[in-house]
Formats: sequence, C-alpha cells, structure tokens
Amino acid sequence: MAQSSLDKLRILADAAKYDASCASSGAEKRIAKPGGIGSTTGSGICHSYTPDGRCVSLLKILLTNYCLFDCAYCINRRSSNVRRARFSVDEVVDLTLGFYKRNYIEGLFLSSGIIRSPDYTMEQMMLVARKLRRDHGFAGYIHLKAIPEASPWLLEQAGLFADRMSVNIELASDVSLKRLAPEKDSRSISSAMGQMSERIAEAREERRSFAPAGQSTQMIVGADETTDEAVLRTSATLYSEYRLKRVYYSAFSPIPEASPNLPVKAPPLRRENRLYQADWLLRFYGFTVEEIAAGGEGGMLDLRIDPKLAYALKHRERFPVDVNSADRELLLRVPGLGSRAVDKIIASRRQTRLRWEDVARLSGGLRRARVFLVTADHHPARLIDRADLRDRLTPPARQLNLFE
Amino acid sequence: MKRRVELQEGADLDGFRRAARALFAGQVPPEDIVWTTGGIPALFGEGQVPEAPRLALPRAVADLVGLVVCHRDPERYALLYALIWRVLHGERDLLTLASDPLVHRLAMMAKTIRRDVHKMHAFVRFRAVPADGGEHFVAWFEPDHFVLALAAPFFVDRFRGMRWSILTPVGSLHWDTVALAIGPAADRRDAAGGDIIEESWRGYYESAFNPARVNPALMRAEMPKRYWRNLPEANLIPGLVRSAASRVGEMTERAAVPSAKRNPEKAVAAMSDQDPKTLEALNSLIAASEPMVKGGTRAVLGEGPIGADIAFVGEQPGDQEDIEGRPFVGPAGVMLDRAMREVGIARSRVYVTNAVKHFKYEQRGKRRLHQSPTAGEVKHYRWWLMRELAFVEPKLVVALGATAVLALTGKALPVTRMRGPHELGGHKGFITVHPSYLLRIPDPSAKEAAYAQFLDDLSAVRALSAEVER
Ligand code: SF4
Repeated sequence: MAQSSLDKLRILADAAKYDASCASSGAEKRIAKPGGIGSTTGSGICHSYTPDGRCVSLLKILLTNYCLFDCAYCINRRSSNVRRARFSVDEVVDLTLGFYKRNYIEGLFLSSGIIRSPDYTMEQMMLVARKLRRDHGFAGYIHLKAIPEASPWLLEQAGLFADRMSVNIELASDVSLKRLAPEKDSRSISSAMGQMSERIAEAREERRSFAPAGQSTQMIVGADETTDEAVLRTSATLYSEYRLKRVYYSAFSPIPEASPNLPVKAPPLRRENRLYQADWLLRFYGFTVEEIAAGGEGGMLDLRIDPKLAYALKHRERFPVDVNSADRELLLRVPGLGSRAVDKIIASRRQTRLRWEDVARLSGGLRRARVFLVTADHHPARLIDRADLRDRLTPPARQLNLFE
Repeated sequence: MKRRVELQEGADLDGFRRAARALFAGQVPPEDIVWTTGGIPALFGEGQVPEAPRLALPRAVADLVGLVVCHRDPERYALLYALIWRVLHGERDLLTLASDPLVHRLAMMAKTIRRDVHKMHAFVRFRAVPADGGEHFVAWFEPDHFVLALAAPFFVDRFRGMRWSILTPVGSLHWDTVALAIGPAADRRDAAGGDIIEESWRGYYESAFNPARVNPALMRAEMPKRYWRNLPEANLIPGLVRSAASRVGEMTERAAVPSAKRNPEKAVAAMSDQDPKTLEALNSLIAASEPMVKGGTRAVLGEGPIGADIAFVGEQPGDQEDIEGRPFVGPAGVMLDRAMREVGIARSRVYVTNAVKHFKYEQRGKRRLHQSPTAGEVKHYRWWLMRELAFVEPKLVVALGATAVLALTGKALPVTRMRGPHELGGHKGFITVHPSYLLRIPDPSAKEAAYAQFLDDLSAVRALSAEVER
C-alpha cells in the first residue's frame, strides 16, 4: 500500500473510532461459494483487542471525514480542524479484501461524513457493498451506517447488500439534538429507522435478504443533561417500536478541538458500563425502565453498584429467594445469577436438592448472591435486615482512574 | 487387576471410541482402567481389539466426548469413560445435572476447548506468499489443545477461494480451494515471513485505539499474552499504553477552539437539493439500481411525452419488454395499442410505464416464467413511480390492474369493484383491468365481452382526460 493510502487509512480509521457499535453478531449463517471468500458465523469473532479493551472485529472506517454538517460532539464536523481524507470506492473494497484474506477482520463497518449530498454519500457506501458482494463474491459481514437524510430508495438498495444497517439516534432528546446537531432532524432519523424496520420485517416474511442482521443505533451519553432514566426510556421505545437489535451507548469522549458547546469533562466510563448492564436487564431479564431507575437516585443509575444489585437492595422484602423452589422470574432478579446459571439451576433441581456447593459450580458470580439466596444448607435470612448490607456488597471505594 | 489402555498422542477419538466399546462390552468398570497416551496406536498393549458393539449414547454425551478428547489433560479419557459408564448404568440424563462434580469438570473442559477453537479462529494471521498462479496464504499458530480438526471447517467455509496452510506444533492444515489435507506437525521456521499488508494493519490498529479509554487489563483478559508473539499488531501495545495519558492531556488542552468554518445554511441547502431534477436524471438512477425482484436483467423505463394527457401504469415488464428494454411491447402491449386505436387514443401522445421496473421471473429450463411481484416489492418501487408521475404531470393516471392500484394508492383494492374513476395517489385517476387479463380468458364470447368492456373504459378515460383543465 502506498504511503499516502496508509495515511488516509490512519485518518479515516481514527475518525471512525468514536462509533461504539463494532460487533458482527446477529448475522445469518453464510459461507463462501466456490471461488469466493467470506462467511458469517452468527456469533461474531473479535480478531483483536485494542489497549482500550475493545474488540476489533471489523474494518471500521469512514469513506470520508469531510462533512457538510456541524454536529458539536463529532470530530468530523465541518468546523473542526482535523486532517481530512477521502477513500474511493475501490480503495475501501481492496482494503477490506486485503485485511479479510489475512484473517484480521470479519468484515466491514462503513460510515461516512456527509459530502455533496446525503444521497451521493449513501450511494457511494452502497456501491462499496455492492462491489464487494457482486464483483468479489464476498460473503463476509457488512454493516453500513445509513445517512438518515438520504432517499428511501437508496436505503433500500443498501439493504440488499448489507448485513446490518444502522441509523444513529445520537441523543436521547430532540431538544439536545437541536442544540448540538443543528442540521440533523429527529424526524428524518426516526423515519429512516421506521422505513428500515418495515423493510426488514417484510423481507423476513417474504424470505428475502434485507439487512438480515437487523438495525442498531448509537446514543451519545454525557454530552447533554439527559438522565439515565430518559436514555433507557428512549431505548425501550426503540426496541419495541423499531425492533432494533442493539442500542449502543457511547460515553461522550474527549475529542481534540471539542466544540465550546460541549461539557469540558467526559462522563465517567462507568456510566456507559452501567447503561449497558441496565439495557441487558431490559432486554433479557424482564425488568422495566421504572424498576431499573428506582435502583438509583434522581433518574441516574448508581455508579458504585450494578443495577441489578441496586434493585435488590431497594427490594429487600423480596429476598432471600429459595434456589430450590423460586420461579425463574425471581431467580433472574438475584444479583450474581445470570440467565444461563438460572437455566442450569432449573434443570438440575428437577433431579436433586441443590446445596450451596452445587450452586457455586453453576454460577461464576456467587459471592454477591450469598445474602439473597437460600439453598438446602444455606439460610441467610437475617442478613437481609442488616443496615450495613449495601456497604458490605459495594466494592471498596477507589478513585476511579481513567488509566487503571 | 488394572487394564492398561494406550491411545495415540493428540485427540484420538477413534481409538477412544473403540476402546470404550470393547471395555464396556466386557463390563470393565472405570476404576479398573489406566489410560495412557503417546504410544503406538495399539489397545490393551498388544494384539487386536475385536470390534465391539456401538454404544447407544445420547447425542449430548457423544458431542461432549468429541470436544473433550481434544483437551490436553491426561485424565480426559478416564473422565469420559466414567461419564459413559454412569450414563449407561441408569443415569441417562446425567448431563443435565450440571451441579454434579464430574459433569461440571467435563463441562469446564469442553468450555476450554470451545474457547481454544474460538481463539484459533480469531488469532490465526495469514501471510501472503507468492506462488504459481496467485498467492498462497500461510499462518503459524500455537493452539493450547488438540483442536486442529475442530477448527478446520471454519477456515474452509471462510477462505474457500484461497489457497492456504495453517502450520502448528501439533499438525497442519492445507487447503487448495477444493480439498482439505491434514498434515504433520510443523516448525515455526517453516512459516512465512512478513507481508506488505501488515503495515497497513498495524496502522489501522493504532488508529482504532482511543487513548481516553485505555484499559490494558481488559484487553489482556480477552487476548492473553501467549498469543501476542504471532500477532503482527501486538508489539505496538506497550507504546500505545505508555503514551495514552499524554495524548489525552494534549487533546483536552487543545479543546474549545472556536470554529472558523460555520455556515449551516449552505449545508442544509445542499442537503435538500438532492432529489433528481429531471425525468432523465430519475431514469438514470432507476437504470443504475439493483432490481428489487428476482430476475430482471435490466430496468424497463417509462415511455412517452412529458405533459401527456394520459399515463397508463401497468404491473411489471414481461419477457418481451425485458428483452427489448421498452414497456408494453409484448402481447399485452399489442392488445392495449389495439384498444387505444379503436377508441381514438394516440399511443404517441400517452405515457406508459410500469409499477415495478424489472421483470420478475423464475427460470425453468429455457423458459422464463413470469412471477407476480409481492406487495412488499411493489412498495419498494413506489418511490420511483410517484416521482416519475410528478415529472410527467399527466391529466389522468390509469391504473391497469391490481398491482398498479396498489402501487399508486399504497393500498390493495379490488379492481372489479373499484373499476372506474378514482383518485390515485394525488392524481385524478381511473381503474381498469390489465390487458393481459383479457388475454387469459379462455372462452371466446366471454373474452369478446370483456374486451368490449375494456373499450368502454378507455372511451371513458379519453373523455375524462379531455375534461381536465390544466
Ligand atoms: S453528520 Fe454530524 S455526526 Fe455525522 S460525520 Fe457529519 S458532523 Fe459528524
């Protein structure tokens, strides 16, 4: 690769790293045809990890970081002074194939700043996907970031080649979007999401392929005043109304030459982490937004303990729970018990009465569950009334250091 | 007296299976067996083992055996035989008792194997070596367990069109784009050297890292250090971690520079200015787009003058239209032409087009069988049709058949009952049957009558279009 191309790659990868969605999961299973390359496994493979602990599974780049828009939280906004670069369709195709053939990546995640017009930009991205699929028999994963303002027919075309499409909602409230992303329009974002979810559902019914891995979105957290509760409420709506596969939360990250409209300090990464935990409870554990929010204070999640533990501490009357008789729903609410452990417990207790040791073999995180669980040989009933329970279960307070 | 069973080095599934069958047939209990590996492939030390009957194991148990034999733990065969023994002695559902110590231990071993396979899928790094007729991709990898055969199908599925080899200290895999060969153990020195793409990859890896989020402990948990020496990106890690703090410092110091280039109006204007401006521009978009139905070798565009009095909207091009690239040239088109002539509508003065722009068909031998578009497919094309009509601005839009009605109104309406004047997607319109419907009526007199009715409709259409003032 020529030096200038390597330069471009650095610029356009750097520009893409603030997008949190990276996973290639959820794809339908697919293998290369004779002569072609690429497959999707359904679960996704992280081919590397960067020192920030995040997985590298896709070539995540921007087609270009030039942008007509001026979103305050974004390094690529028109008014930022970053170095700019632009890839051609062929360059992205070659790079994807070159990396893929060496098993560095599982596929491509392509996004772009908006140049010329949303349609032009969307078309270029679609062309990359089309070329990979049609000219190279590429069966790997392709995720395209949709430009919400682009014409519906272009989103449709893109969906023919992409595994996943996403439209970033960016901010949980319209007001913040107006203030921080003046040229973005929440209506075009939701109409693009709506269109996509409709097409995906239709295609499924007709057994056609249209973004078979569904759509996802990203919300930036900490760039405005929105509470965790409001963020989660937005997510719950997105899951139910648009059948999104994932909502990614991205703690607003300090960027070089940040806009004066932004808070100077980044939110703690812990907050992002807690939101993911809460999101998980929402999707897989049957929690409601109200229940989760009630675990914290003033609409914000407790940063020191995870949301499930926070819930349990506020609902001590429901615990301890008997491992040998409690319903699945209740077991799922025990801190430290994951859904897989609960399934194993339920399968095992049909054959035997579980003792503490048995449960310990079934679950990794039992330390926290001690006071919330009753087993054949373990009765913690009175612990529940202890006033210092919260402190005993909270990890020792530490200065949360960004560089630990 | 203890029985000695010797199996081959590595994952000797066949050997274990044979031994387990023979031992179980002789009702030898687990505690009477000593399992060893690494010898010659003989059982019981010497002599041939008679083929014993197969063991009727539940599927889950057989799968678990297949995984655990790949483990390095010398105890693996003893544990597996103990499991089989118990399962076949009344504990058929033993595996669901996840809390049982043996089941738990085997589950942990299986998990280790799955993880080892997964890490191999993730961390193998190919390097391209020039070879006759293209490139050969070669990797060196060091798995923790004997997982080569388990990991192989993934590489075959994924890198089917490539020639590749994966060399490891416990064996090697070779794929020539058609067949897989499993070869002997390799030496690190047999592996390929550098690869020019590696520099780009390292550049990418460096840029993808966000120094504001540095967390090397998390990274090491997922990408243990023992894999690093075969990952071209790994030697960048110490430097990236070291410089993270100062890079963030610099970033925040440089914050809040007032922006120079601010002109949102222009950007918004550029954005709203993106729809095609002419019918030609729209048509070239349609022509360049992918068919949204199966088949369709090319888009068949609408035809006729802008400002035509009448626009006819059909269903989709047929075989003939697809070949010629023009709408309404097949049998149905001929029928429409004839009817228009009879009521005095000049074809040259009307606009004809289709709701769906591509011929949807299924290939049966040499024949291409017409297939009706689904409601979803019709809707995908709607955006184009509505823009097309906006450019043509006809006085009257005629929907020929149910598909056209669906495309124009977005709703499925019954043609026979709605036949006649009807508002169609913001246009003054008229609903009638598709001429191909007339062609399909077998009974001659019924066909005659239907054709007469069609002529009546077209006369009404002509009259209506003449009434409309522009
Ligand atoms: S549209 Fe906004 S968020 Fe997207 S690249 Fe441009 S400035 Fe960044």
